[in-house]
Amino acid sequence: MSKIVRGMASILYPLIAVFGGYLVLHGHLTPGGGFQGGAVVASAIALAVVAYGSGLYKKGIFSGFESFGLLLFIALGFVGMSCYFFTNVFANTGTIVLFGQVVSYGTTSPPFFSGGTVPMMNMAVGFEVVGGLSLIILALAQASFDDETEVEKEVEKEVGL
Amino acid sequence: MSLWDFIGTHSAILAVAFPLLGAFLTPVVGRLGEKASRYVSFFFLSLASLMVAFMAVRVWDSGPLVYTLGYRSGSSIPQFFRIQLYVDGFGVFMAIIMAVVSLAVCMYSWAFVDRYTGQEKYYTLLQLVAVGSYGMVLTGDIFNLFVFFEISSMALCGLVAFRTERGESFEAAFKYMLYSTISGVLLLFAVGIFYGEYDLLNMRAIAEAMSSAGGASVLDKIALGLLVTVFSLKAGSVPMHMPTPDAYSEAPGGISAIFVAASQAGLYALFRTSFTIYGHYDPISGAFNLDTYTLGWIVIVLGILSMFIGVTMALVQKDIKRLMAYHAISQTGYMFLGVGVGIAVLSDPVKMAAFGVDAMRGGIFHIINHALYKGLLFLTAGAVFYRAQTRNLNEMHGLGHTMKYTMVFFMIGALAIAGIPPMNGFSSKLLIYESVYQFNPIIAAIAMLVSVLTLASFVKVFYSAFMGPRPENPPEEVPPSMLAGMTILVVLILFFSLFPGLIVTRIVDPAVRALVPYLGGV
Amino acid sequence: MLWQLPFIVSALLVIIGLYICIAKTNLIKMVMGVSLMESGANLFLVSLGYRKGGIAPIYTSSPGGEMVMPTPQALTLTSIVIGVATTALMLSFIVMMYKHYRTCDARKARRLRG
Repeated sequence: MSKIVRGMASILYPLIAVFGGYLVLHGHLTPGGGFQGGAVVASAIALAVVAYGSGLYKKGIFSGFESFGLLLFIALGFVGMSCYFFTNVFANTGTIVLFGQVVSYGTTSPPFFSGGTVPMMNMAVGFEVVGGLSLIILALAQASFDDETEVEKEVEKEVGL
Repeated sequence: MSLWDFIGTHSAILAVAFPLLGAFLTPVVGRLGEKASRYVSFFFLSLASLMVAFMAVRVWDSGPLVYTLGYRSGSSIPQFFRIQLYVDGFGVFMAIIMAVVSLAVCMYSWAFVDRYTGQEKYYTLLQLVAVGSYGMVLTGDIFNLFVFFEISSMALCGLVAFRTERGESFEAAFKYMLYSTISGVLLLFAVGIFYGEYDLLNMRAIAEAMSSAGGASVLDKIALGLLVTVFSLKAGSVPMHMPTPDAYSEAPGGISAIFVAASQAGLYALFRTSFTIYGHYDPISGAFNLDTYTLGWIVIVLGILSMFIGVTMALVQKDIKRLMAYHAISQTGYMFLGVGVGIAVLSDPVKMAAFGVDAMRGGIFHIINHALYKGLLFLTAGAVFYRAQTRNLNEMHGLGHTMKYTMVFFMIGALAIAGIPPMNGFSSKLLIYESVYQFNPIIAAIAMLVSVLTLASFVKVFYSAFMGPRPENPPEEVPPSMLAGMTILVVLILFFSLFPGLIVTRIVDPAVRALVPYLGGV
Repeated sequence: MLWQLPFIVSALLVIIGLYICIAKTNLIKMVMGVSLMESGANLFLVSLGYRKGGIAPIYTSSPGGEMVMPTPQALTLTSIVIGVATTALMLSFIVMMYKHYRTCDARKARRLRG
């Protein structure tokens, strides 16, 4: 792609990624959440792939993101097994590390470290969606690039070059 | 709470969660080596089957198991607004089928996919099919049913397209995916109709809200039409059977067997919505939500069409797995027929006690019989393909000289599907014939004719594949893990054949009584 | 009549999507038709939750008053995610089919018959 496209992609890529991260992290307070933020970050990666070609990323790191996100999600499900599966055992307990600050009912401005397993699951799903959608984009991009060279070779053979 | 109680309470969700955990762990473990993923998948699938055993004991002793996800005591929201798993006799029945077939297929696949690369993806998708099917049969929430429906169809499509060196696999997978996605959209519409009318997604709560609103309204009947279409498409009945032969024949060996079990989850969903939502009996007003006579006749007509068209299309096939796929469609017709008679006489307790209960017993017993013997037949067809490298019946001959175990297993499966006494196929078909004859004699005659044609086509397959002159380089017997997978199914078929009465009273009867609550009992 | 407009649009989307799936022979157009049908279903679900004069169902610094129902928004989100996954799967099947069959026409890519 041309210099203008590559330059603008370099400028926009971190902005889009940060915005996607904001959507994932604040999913329990404002509209957003795991899938929405993860899809925005994956669109940043799609922008990079379109501007710089599909050889930019290797698939290994995104596979790692996906597995990490999935395993964290299912582990959070098993954590609540003291009552039932997927129970939110961390909410309203009082700790800050485990997202447990107390939130009262009704219209409030809750603190960030609240909600229990909900923001943790948002982050897990965010990692997973970034990994999954980027793998899809990279696989389709590489498949179409491979095919293009084959078709070009066939056309050249027929034309007689 | 002791450990047994703990496992018994949580067994419903653990049957769904363990294969899910295994499916997420398998790609990570697969980096250590290609063989490690098969042991992980077998471990988690056998854990899930163990959970199904606990669940079965618990439900048969103490009644339906209701499990609310994420509930903390002292919460102010009523429990049915959360996601609930509701396991009664019929859910346990379908979970047992899935448990047995998934174990057999996993063991069979150890040797079958050993020639391919990317094995950890195969085992991941296999466990996701198990998750989808367990989720469909154990849930009490209709939107959860939609989500697990989509999970299982996507995982099955990925597995159908597993053999990437042929273009036909992708054509079959694309066709199946297109049909499944369109049916998913229609199912979403039905879920939306239920939510818009009653503000509820829990199936039993919708049934009670429908009866307090005075029966099924016009919108509910529209939703019923959509649900019947979607679930008959998943179960593979005519006239929505088009993707089924392609998908079954292009799938690798063991996947066709688990395809059968996953399609029967669609059958489960159809009967669950017909009996629990639309056949709900309100003792106060003394009426059912819908007079299910017409619905029963629709299901019976779908069943007759499936039986007849399935077996006549199977007679002319040359591809061994495509022939068996058409037989799967035809045997699904028997299940539709048996339970359809039960749906039709649901409003009439006299007729229900006379022949409706027997028809339902026959139809439901046929579900587990079909999963066992059709799974066995698909596994033997996969074994034949593994050694002879072809699926065309014209090109193979004389395999019975060297592949003796495969031939014996095929013979057992073929006798069972044709309904020859004393195999288990005969027991369920006899129940269906006797009760359907009292409902309408012509239908029973058609069913018997279809059984004769089934026997004819399997005699053709047996002769072409296993009899005949010895081939030039005779293939040896298949590896022991494939034989072990087939042996699990054969042992169960023989057990069901020798003790059909025991199976009907212990396993099938709780399922019938769960669907028709006014019969009493568990 | 104005209040029924979302449902009419959703029905139109599903009908147009179904027509495209049936009548067009290019495989990619079929995928687009399925995508339209899914959008119709999502619109139907979201518009079921609307309550007259309601605001967004968020408690963080909300101005108060009646809120629209949040449950169909969760259902729609799940459905969008499933739609993304199925579209990606179908498109990758088309890419691989093109490599083997060299055509994207459904009438020509038919080796399985009978």
